[in-house]
Amino acid sequence: MSDHESNYTPKGAFAKWMDDRLPLMRMMHGQFVDFPTPRNLNYMWTFGGILMVMLVAQIASGLVLSMHFQPSAAAAFDSVEAIRRDVNYGWLLRNIHAVGASMFFLAVYLHMARGLYYGSYKAPREILWILGVIIFLLMMATGFMGYALVWGQMSFWGVTVITNLFSAIPIVGEAIRTWLWGDFAVSGVTLNRFFSLHFLLPFVIAGVVILHIWALHVVGQNNPTGIEIKTKSDSVPMLPFAIMKDAFAMAVFMVLYAWFVFFAPDYLGHPDNYIEANPLSTPAHIVPEWYFLPFYAILRAIPNKLGGVLAMFGSIAILTIIPWLDTSNIRSAKYRPMFKWFLWAFFFTVVALGYLGGKPAEGSYVLWARVFTAYYFAFFCLIMPIVGLIETPSKMPRSITDAVLGGGGSMAGAAAAAAAEKR
Amino acid sequence: MASGTKASDTKPDHGIGAAHDEHGPSRRDFITTAALGWASVGGALALWPFIQQMNPDASTQALASTEVDLAPVKEGQAITVLWRGKPVFIRNRSKAEVEAAKAVSISDLSDRSARNDLMPDSAAASDQNRTKKDNENWLVLVGICTHLGCIPKGQGLSDQRGDFGGYFCPCHGSHYDTSGRIRKGPAPRNLEVPPYEFVSATKIKIG
Amino acid sequence: MITSALKTQSLARMALLACGLAVGAASMLAPARASEGGAAIHEEHWTFGGVRGGFDQAQLQRGFQVYKEVCSTCHSVRQLSFRNLVQKGGPAFPEDGVKALAATFKVPDLPNDQGKVLKRPARLSDRIPNPFDNEQQARSANNGALPPDLSLIARARGFEVEKPFYMVPWHMLKDVVLSGGYQEAGADYLYALLMAYGEAPKDMKLGDGMYYNAVYAGHQIGMPAPLADGRVKYTDGTPATTANYARDVTAFLAWAADPKLEERKRLGLLVMFYLAILSMLLYAAKRYIWADVPH
Repeated sequence: MSDHESNYTPKGAFAKWMDDRLPLMRMMHGQFVDFPTPRNLNYMWTFGGILMVMLVAQIASGLVLSMHFQPSAAAAFDSVEAIRRDVNYGWLLRNIHAVGASMFFLAVYLHMARGLYYGSYKAPREILWILGVIIFLLMMATGFMGYALVWGQMSFWGVTVITNLFSAIPIVGEAIRTWLWGDFAVSGVTLNRFFSLHFLLPFVIAGVVILHIWALHVVGQNNPTGIEIKTKSDSVPMLPFAIMKDAFAMAVFMVLYAWFVFFAPDYLGHPDNYIEANPLSTPAHIVPEWYFLPFYAILRAIPNKLGGVLAMFGSIAILTIIPWLDTSNIRSAKYRPMFKWFLWAFFFTVVALGYLGGKPAEGSYVLWARVFTAYYFAFFCLIMPIVGLIETPSKMPRSITDAVLGGGGSMAGAAAAAAAEKR
Repeated sequence: MASGTKASDTKPDHGIGAAHDEHGPSRRDFITTAALGWASVGGALALWPFIQQMNPDASTQALASTEVDLAPVKEGQAITVLWRGKPVFIRNRSKAEVEAAKAVSISDLSDRSARNDLMPDSAAASDQNRTKKDNENWLVLVGICTHLGCIPKGQGLSDQRGDFGGYFCPCHGSHYDTSGRIRKGPAPRNLEVPPYEFVSATKIKIG
Repeated sequence: MITSALKTQSLARMALLACGLAVGAASMLAPARASEGGAAIHEEHWTFGGVRGGFDQAQLQRGFQVYKEVCSTCHSVRQLSFRNLVQKGGPAFPEDGVKALAATFKVPDLPNDQGKVLKRPARLSDRIPNPFDNEQQARSANNGALPPDLSLIARARGFEVEKPFYMVPWHMLKDVVLSGGYQEAGADYLYALLMAYGEAPKDMKLGDGMYYNAVYAGHQIGMPAPLADGRVKYTDGTPATTANYARDVTAFLAWAADPKLEERKRLGLLVMFYLAILSMLLYAAKRYIWADVPH
């Protein structure tokens, strides 16, 4: 954004008049039409746009569901059933929202994995990355409270377990827990405030998303080479190039989304949540929704209550400081032969923790959860700083254009690249 | 996501985009237009469930009818019952009121349609068309002024009943006669007669 | 162009390889799934499974008959109203018959002018009444056990397949895609449960008022075997066997838990068709736009 001027030319008298007073069209044109986009972006870069669509889909479907949902302990479960059975297209809207939460998290995990692989968290994108972590945290809070609203057995006991985490905090823990509940146990009072917050938080997310995009457009997009745009030939205008690619990826993502909505709506949920909440009976095996499982596994891996809670929150908090933990001056893992394998091992670790989080906390499952938890933290605290210092990067292209066209590229391009490197 | 701007409208200052236009914009434009057109059709259709969900749901639609026992309502008395969330006026009219209603000539009415849900709109607004044969003393009306939806006065014994002895809407001064027909004031139509039938001599089923 | 051709070729090879792996994995899998206790729960064939699945109306009607004559003595279906028995995509009984059936139930009326709550015959708009007034009454009539509500039971039950971790991706692929969305775990469980009554093994000591069931967790269940050959008189010529009762009532409960299933799958096919075309059009548009831009 800093070195990109909108080439918007107002058409007609009104557009000119408006442009002199509120240059909204100029800004939109500059940011979303002729904004320079690296020409070598792969499909992993489409998840940002997909996430925007998912946020809108969740807000829209959530808004209409809130017209039928009744946030009280006595009526919540039955009102969800009324939505599934009696409300016109209620079954569809409910599936869109419930499956949408899963799709939202799927997309955000891929988006984060892309950021890790291509070093999108490194300078000058630290604030962009931290805003992303904040969005992720807000999403987790929203998803957790939304799941509670169904008021099934898993909802109720999930809320009980997670809110009890706060009681691990020394001295004030018990008071915080009671404050969260508004009662002496999880009850309809808790449900009602969760509904209120579940309605509010998506708009907070939308606000932080605007900051996230702002920060993105100040520093520009990263790309698979991790080399900044240096010359005009490194980039293409956002419209139609990037937008059309995003649109295609979105359509493919919609196929997956719709498949779950129409043919496997309950696959991602748990049967116990079709039993109404009962404070007197705990399900045999409490598991959170799949997108929380890696963190749930970390929680259970630590044999100490406060330790487990700290490890779980720490596993997310640590993401905010990785721009400074990573000592390498190469962005993309593509050119980091050693780090690349540690990173793939990290991705495997997260998936493995997800698997273990869904298993009972007993026997070898706990042992493996500890091993993977150890790697999770070691990756950030030891591997990131050390590997960056000791590894020799592989040969890199001089510019995006070189990477795309192969070989040396044009002399002019190389010279420009070299000049840009010095600056 | 899909903005209305056509791909060919943008004239990027980037070398790549400019070179690209030689490819033949017509074919490219066609496929782009087709894709965007197809996407907009889907987007429009996807709105339907979001609109339709606000209509009454299946459980509401199932609550269609109400039965009312008329035995306690003596001549000259009236009761109000709730049907589909709306007040229904039921009046056991006196002989004089029935005669007054019958005596009105259709040509004196501003709304000449019976406004009886069981009859076509072309039915004349005679008292016979607004009551049941052999039960002409019973007047059953949806008690909502056809002007702006207030509840007219006239059910209570001490209520003001307007210049024509039927109902009077205090909101904007509409006067209805003893058959519930609009005679004076801003209301455009006669009070609606809901669908009902006598299931026994002293019981009606509305809806 | 050459590189993209190569890419396509290698993609095709990878797809072939994936298919081969999938088939190999499938042949390794026994069709039975084991419940916690070890008794087998099989994936049954249901008319409502798969992308084009729908309910067999006659089966739902028989299933309701079994529910009404057997299960309804103890189990409620509180999410169902009489009107649901009439609606499309369900048992779709004739309206007059259901009205008459509803009228045999008495439900509390609104308070009358004297403030007394009298009972009136139920209507189509009323929920199917619970056999017990409250939980305490239900428990005392059932040896302390609470007969669960059955309106969502086919969604509220399921079972885990014992599988090594490396088989998890294959199971996900099979359950989500290849089976057309496997959502019948609850039905498979219910059918297996109803068919799993029998003599307890000699070394097992049953609790007081408990019955042996090979599928139920812990193998002791408070519900006596509800079905027996000939217990319900079918009028459409279907053999009156325990297996048929179990299948039919399971199908009915599957409908009760998901009454919009047919509408969902029908609309789903249209949406998938629409999205397939949209994806192809957008892919073509993207190809044209990027045709001269190496990336």
